[in-house]
Amino acid sequence: MNLRRDVFQAIADPTRRAILVLVASQSMTAGAIAANFDTARPTVSKHLQILTECELLDQEQKGREVYYQLNPKKMKEIADFIEPFRKMWDDRFNKLEAVMKKYRK
Amino acid sequence: MELKTKIHAEEGKSDLMITREFDLPAELVFRAHVEPELFEQWMSHEYGTVKVVKFESRRHGSWEFENAGPDGTVVFRANGTIHEFVPNRKITRTFEMDGSPFDVQLEFLEFEELTEDTSRLTIHSVYRSVQLRDQMLKRPFAAGLSMAHDRLQNVIGKLKQETTK
Repeated sequence: MNLRRDVFQAIADPTRRAILVLVASQSMTAGAIAANFDTARPTVSKHLQILTECELLDQEQKGREVYYQLNPKKMKEIADFIEPFRKMWDDRFNKLEAVMKKYRK
Repeated sequence: MELKTKIHAEEGKSDLMITREFDLPAELVFRAHVEPELFEQWMSHEYGTVKVVKFESRRHGSWEFENAGPDGTVVFRANGTIHEFVPNRKITRTFEMDGSPFDVQLEFLEFEELTEDTSRLTIHSVYRSVQLRDQMLKRPFAAGLSMAHDRLQNVIGKLKQETTK
């Protein structure tokens, strides 16, 4: 596994983000995922590999097929990292709103 | 509760976008950004009081404010220059924190009227490098971690004292 690859790099790619959105509602095989894209199957496989390496996707063997599903724990980690920054601005803006409401006509 | 503020920061880019919709006309959101006494009110919080040193709200004007901790000592100063000033619509300015490792950043503030009583503010911040932007994004996260760490140290410290008694 390439250790330099981190989750933020993984989600930087639009195709990979689209894959995450796809598997968010149901687990899917590589073939079913690839059917949603115009890109060549090996390219999609590569994306799946990167997402799996970063633990954003879990693989599950069902019979002969491998199903991919979202790893919600890892997804939450990404969301959480930016969350305090967002919260800081949200608190500021809530205050701005409270202060300025007095000046509304 | 759902936060009303959205942050858009693409991986590998040196800029970020902050978007917020207000239950206020654009004019009032704009005033909050240009009138010192209003700015001081909403920018101050329990850990820091903001005091405007200079607020020249015009093209080529400059601005400066300081942030003091609970004991009154100045924790940091920030300053910059205004490049574009369109009342109730747009402010383009630079932002720099004195003595910080962050280089100056460029900010585009756009105030958009949605309805008579609602508006949207978009802040587009451009950093010198991807690393600096990421560092800035992580600051509140890191601060939260270190605060949690401090609290933990406190608790452990108290436990130690009690066991040695």
